[in-house]
Amino acid sequence: MNRDIVLVQRPGPTASVVVRNARLLDPAAGIDRTGDLVVRDGRIGGDPKGLPEIDGDGLVVVPGFVDPHVHLRTPGREDTEDIGSGSRAAAAGGYVAIAAMPNTDPPVDDAQDLVRLRELAADEAVIGVGFICAITKGQRGSELTEAAELAELGAVALSDDGHPVGNAAVFRRALQYQHLAHLPLTLHEEDVDLSAGGAMHEGAVSARLGVGGIPAVSESVAVARDVALAGYEGARIHICHVSALETVEEVRLGKARGIHVTAEVTPHHLLLIDEDCEDLDPATRKMNPPLRGTNDRDALLAALVDGTLDCIATDHAPHGASEKELPFEEAPFGVTGLETAFASLYTYLVVPGKLPLEVLVQRMSADAARVLDLPVPTLADGAPANLTVLDLGATWVVGADGFQSKSRNSAFLGARLTGRVQLTIAGGQLAWQR
Amino acid sequence: MSARRSLIGIGDLSRDEITRLLDLGERFAEVMSRDIKKVPTLRGRTIINLFFESSTRTATSFELAGKRLSADVINVKASGSSVEKGETLKDTILTLAAYKPDVLVIRHAAAGAVAAAARYTDAAVVNAGDGKHEHPTQALLDLYTLRKTMGRLEGLHVAFVGDVLHSRVARSGAIALQTMGAKVSFIAPPTLLPRGSAEGLGVHTSYDIADIADADVVYALRMQHERMGDGGFVPSLREYATQYGIGHHRLREGQRVMHAGPMNRGVEITDQLADDPTALVTAQVEGGMVVRMAVLYDLLSDPKAVRSADVVSHMVAA
Repeated sequence: MNRDIVLVQRPGPTASVVVRNARLLDPAAGIDRTGDLVVRDGRIGGDPKGLPEIDGDGLVVVPGFVDPHVHLRTPGREDTEDIGSGSRAAAAGGYVAIAAMPNTDPPVDDAQDLVRLRELAADEAVIGVGFICAITKGQRGSELTEAAELAELGAVALSDDGHPVGNAAVFRRALQYQHLAHLPLTLHEEDVDLSAGGAMHEGAVSARLGVGGIPAVSESVAVARDVALAGYEGARIHICHVSALETVEEVRLGKARGIHVTAEVTPHHLLLIDEDCEDLDPATRKMNPPLRGTNDRDALLAALVDGTLDCIATDHAPHGASEKELPFEEAPFGVTGLETAFASLYTYLVVPGKLPLEVLVQRMSADAARVLDLPVPTLADGAPANLTVLDLGATWVVGADGFQSKSRNSAFLGARLTGRVQLTIAGGQLAWQR
Repeated sequence: MSARRSLIGIGDLSRDEITRLLDLGERFAEVMSRDIKKVPTLRGRTIINLFFESSTRTATSFELAGKRLSADVINVKASGSSVEKGETLKDTILTLAAYKPDVLVIRHAAAGAVAAAARYTDAAVVNAGDGKHEHPTQALLDLYTLRKTMGRLEGLHVAFVGDVLHSRVARSGAIALQTMGAKVSFIAPPTLLPRGSAEGLGVHTSYDIADIADADVVYALRMQHERMGDGGFVPSLREYATQYGIGHHRLREGQRVMHAGPMNRGVEITDQLADDPTALVTAQVEGGMVVRMAVLYDLLSDPKAVRSADVVSHMVAA
């Protein structure tokens, strides 16, 4: 199986640039120094002579970010996002590679769907885009997709995101089949009977607001089941958007038992809580899993720092304005995140000293790539240029200049953030420049 | 976007504001005892009652309240309207807002619907019940009824009994009563008591029906079959009635009983009790209209200029 082909990007001219006297920070490669970063013909290093220069004073060059969990709404809802707009939003947020979930309309569940999307990406994607295919046909939870063929054709992973496999026997067969197809399984964990009718975290705030609750255990019991089955089958699983303290404990337990389980956490779950839902504005506050309590949020941050949670993912979920103009209980779940992920985490966690910048960069880049076996972006000499130039002094207001995404349902709409992406080079090509 | 004040949650009102509304309600009650029950106070004002969910009490009481204040009142029901043709809440609100109403009174089955509606109109918006979320005018009429019957709110203990999970009446009531210095308990089967109630609302919670002994007032909540989906919240209505149904056998001397209606007789309240003067059900309905008159009047007046005395002189002059 060839993992080098899973990311697709529109072919174009290679980038050449020198960033002078910047901080070069690549924690995974052990690089942290001030100096010049040369990109020549799309690769790191080489002769800087004659290349365009950027004054790097006050700038930090880091390996480009990788997002294992985005929704590009293609096919089916190209009015809310497409591969071009989604990849531009990602580039504007410093991303060089993203993996798109298959819960589209129709779901991506066979070779034809996958090939078609990869062709579209080769036309439209300004950064590397990979496609995750469904675990079960139609994401209906009963028949396995043709995973071996999908793997050969470049599927990144398998997921029934949004429609978790309820039948434990079907899920067990998917784990067994992984020994043939070798694709990571990335799992939206939810017992849908326990969460039925819910629109926000079950707790004091939902009791006060009278909004249907989604209990934390609806996530953690699903994780407990899947970790146990993965252990039994010797398979590997990746847990999507961990939101609850109880889930962190299940992941920690699984890792301690030597089970190959990785996990991601979103910026909104690290930064916001159920109390932020008081206004009942679904555009910015309704997502699944929901914003939970302070204890959950604190546990997520601690787990991100200690590595129990491996990486950051945005779960970038664009929705049209009219979908989000519904009453809180009726509106669809999801917020966008690609354009704000770094700046929101930098502003609210790094600046106040709760999270070291080095850890944030590694969790958004190398660690995020590893959970899906994607190429690890690096500043090391000779590597293909996959990097991001950050201005940590810049402040900006989310949404003030619009969005690259077609949708604006950002959890941080209107927030003044510190730290801005100046330049993104993905796959050796210039993908974003402010 | 809303230029005028609105009433979306009872928590929007301070203790003083609630007291002022209850006082205003009493003034209107006086007017209602006259032969001619109509005052010209809101002549030329337009009130639209927009009900996406069925209602008898609340709808008629808002309609009558508006009419007795001489406002032009239009009632729009979701059934038989463009909502049935798939019109979104936003478009319905924008359409009605184009008629420049002064007040939109809205009932909807989803929590957050009235807050959402308020984003699309400059009219004052009054929440007439949104899903399980809130029903602020019900809370006001309950306060009104209690103050009138018990002579006070401060220090009173009210126990809400039954289907708290699906009840906006209990939620708004708990917030309002505590604002006024009363004590509130939720007594319910474990499956119908929302997790986090004690912490989120500051109420005392219990599964034991015997705990109503401490309460001055027992508020029987309707078992809301229509919100229970596949059900299964209680094994049977029969068992619920046995375990939690309120009847004379559970009450001690001097305890009063409330119910927001419609009642499931023989389930949450016995037939005999429902018809007994111990139950304040009819008083609640009467209170509903005058309190809604007060709310409508208040929203359409300059809050600083309104004092009870002015209202009456205004009425007399008119």
